[in-house]
Amino acid sequence: MADKIKMQLQCPMPKFDFDVITLGHGSGGLLTHRLLKSGVFDIFKNDLLDQQHDGAIFEMNGKMAFSSDSYVISPIFFPGGNIGDVAVNGTVNDLSMCGAKPQYLSLAFIIEEGFPMTAFWEILVSIKNAADKAGVQIVTGDTKVVEKGKGDQIYINTSGVGLINPKANIHHGNIQEGDVIIVSGNIATHGMAIMSLRQGLEFETNIVSDTANLNHTVQSLVDAFGTDIHFLRDPTRGGVASVLNEIAELTRLGFYLDQKLLPIEEQVEGACEMLGLDPLYVANEGLFIAIVNKEIADNFLTMLRKDINGANAAIIGEVTGDHAGKVMMKSRVGGKRMVNYLTGEQLPRIC
Amino acid sequence: MKYLTEYRDPELVEEFIKEIHRITTKPWTLMEICGGQTHSLVKNGILDMLPDKITMVHGPGCPVCVTSVSVIDEAIYLAEQPNTIMCSFGDMLRVPGSKKSLLEAKAEGADVRILYSPLEAVQLAKQNPDKQVVFFAVGFETTAPANALSVVHADQMGLDNYSILASHVLVPPAMEAILSDEENLIDAFLAAGHVCTIMGIDEYHPVAEKYACPIVVTGFEPVDLLQGILMAVQQLEKGEYKVDNQYARSVQREGNRLAQDTIQKVFAVSDRVWRGIGNIPQSGYEVNDRYKNYNARIKFNIDLPLAEENKECISGDIMKGLKKPKQCPNFGTKCKPEHPLGAPMVSSEGACAAYYHYAAQE
Repeated sequence: MADKIKMQLQCPMPKFDFDVITLGHGSGGLLTHRLLKSGVFDIFKNDLLDQQHDGAIFEMNGKMAFSSDSYVISPIFFPGGNIGDVAVNGTVNDLSMCGAKPQYLSLAFIIEEGFPMTAFWEILVSIKNAADKAGVQIVTGDTKVVEKGKGDQIYINTSGVGLINPKANIHHGNIQEGDVIIVSGNIATHGMAIMSLRQGLEFETNIVSDTANLNHTVQSLVDAFGTDIHFLRDPTRGGVASVLNEIAELTRLGFYLDQKLLPIEEQVEGACEMLGLDPLYVANEGLFIAIVNKEIADNFLTMLRKDINGANAAIIGEVTGDHAGKVMMKSRVGGKRMVNYLTGEQLPRIC
Repeated sequence: MKYLTEYRDPELVEEFIKEIHRITTKPWTLMEICGGQTHSLVKNGILDMLPDKITMVHGPGCPVCVTSVSVIDEAIYLAEQPNTIMCSFGDMLRVPGSKKSLLEAKAEGADVRILYSPLEAVQLAKQNPDKQVVFFAVGFETTAPANALSVVHADQMGLDNYSILASHVLVPPAMEAILSDEENLIDAFLAAGHVCTIMGIDEYHPVAEKYACPIVVTGFEPVDLLQGILMAVQQLEKGEYKVDNQYARSVQREGNRLAQDTIQKVFAVSDRVWRGIGNIPQSGYEVNDRYKNYNARIKFNIDLPLAEENKECISGDIMKGLKKPKQCPNFGTKCKPEHPLGAPMVSSEGACAAYYHYAAQE
């Protein structure tokens, strides 16, 4: 909170001609120009953006990762962040999971006519803060405005590039029988923070989204453990279960989890219980799954737990030669069950 | 999570498992009524921990599964009326009607909303006086009080744009239908704890007597289920048949009187067609005459042809406990959650969905 106040003092909202975004702000004409001039270019100021070219021109030497994601979340403001934080962290984290050091991002908005300028500014400030924290620059972008009713307030797309850490070799093909499955923190937190605000579901909790940039955390782990880190993935939509099912299918290996080892905050677990949702399928933001060589698992975990993003990290299971292509779990009471793909959206139950 | 973790205690679970193994001498077939119980059994891997002599079969207590195709068609018909908002619990949206599901109707432009309580639908009616708001009131005795209360509220608020499409079903008549089926295999029932929290346990005594069948009112957590199974097996081994209450922390003999009064105020007992099973006399609730203005069937004059069940779906045999999901030739092949032949594969409480999602490979 203190950070946010400081930022707002540093970046007071400039005086815009309008209180809300209008169709004209996306027309490419004078209003677009003024909007960019008076706000956007100033807040994201950097040499590449200042070129004001059709695209950013820069040199990169080495093996690169390139990733893109669109953000259409509702509600756009939630405990622990807003769509702006998620739009930066999401792409930063996707690049990090490739073993890359994220460097440059593009930023594109699709805004619904009538969107309040104050909310737009708050999102811009969050984007700026998140980019600074991750050490990435916004170097190119776009703004489009759609008619009222043709969109849901604001959509953001970010794409990013980064150089691969030469010590990294992250690919599902490296996963082997005996590898250990590690999760970097409590699961299901972001999804339940969002769910707690959905219309008709408002329940009182202190659940705060775990949205965070993971690049610094992952880079230091890659520096320390190199190719013993076989695979990384951030389990956003679809949660931990979906990621593991995807890689089980790709590798034709078996993944065996132990339910009692899954780290989860008590009130998140309680909220899932109340709504009939399985936390294994609930979305996460500042979380990753690492599949590592058994030999380094303990040291990896020790180092990760000292990191700001890894205090609750835990070993949750192992890769086996049994039940090829499937994810199984030992239940808390000692039984065994399959953890399958989720079909469609998880819907709260009737009773 | 207090009051839950105690009922998931691995040591207690192990003790109950041992005791069930110790006392079981003959083969017994038990049916858990409620889909929530089915899911807990499968999700926790409990079925594989029981003695081979004990067979658990999965009952009809999944409100989504037993709602007939015709009723789904009625809901879709209402959703497609102009200026109408159709409100439903999320679970119902994927269930196939004769031509499509509510989810498909929504994708085609119908205003279908997922709500978590019928009282929200009443609020929606208040906020949208120029639209008709219909709530899809499904469920067993458990959800009936809240649905009834929504009608009472709407009436008190003088809302003439609110109604419900009632498709309530009742447990005891379904149990009798199963027990009187000539192919019946069931030796004992685990009755649904939540239903009994509302209705109490007295209505089960005549069923236990008439069919010489032990009935144990049971909760939903692993320890609850194993204790319920143990209590049922104890009776069976001794040749007893009475109503026992494992779920005493929630269920009182007389149930919840206030909730029962609300049900009686708004609903009348009626015949009901169950998906896969057919008509069971006096097995449902319909809105009574006093509140007929809130009955969507009357208000919208619905008169649709009776829809046929998908003949490839054996949901009737599944819900009567005659077959297990994996005995269906279409299980996991032609019938999957993303393209279901019948409701038990869709609902979060459906037996086929439980096996599809959780059951360890055999």
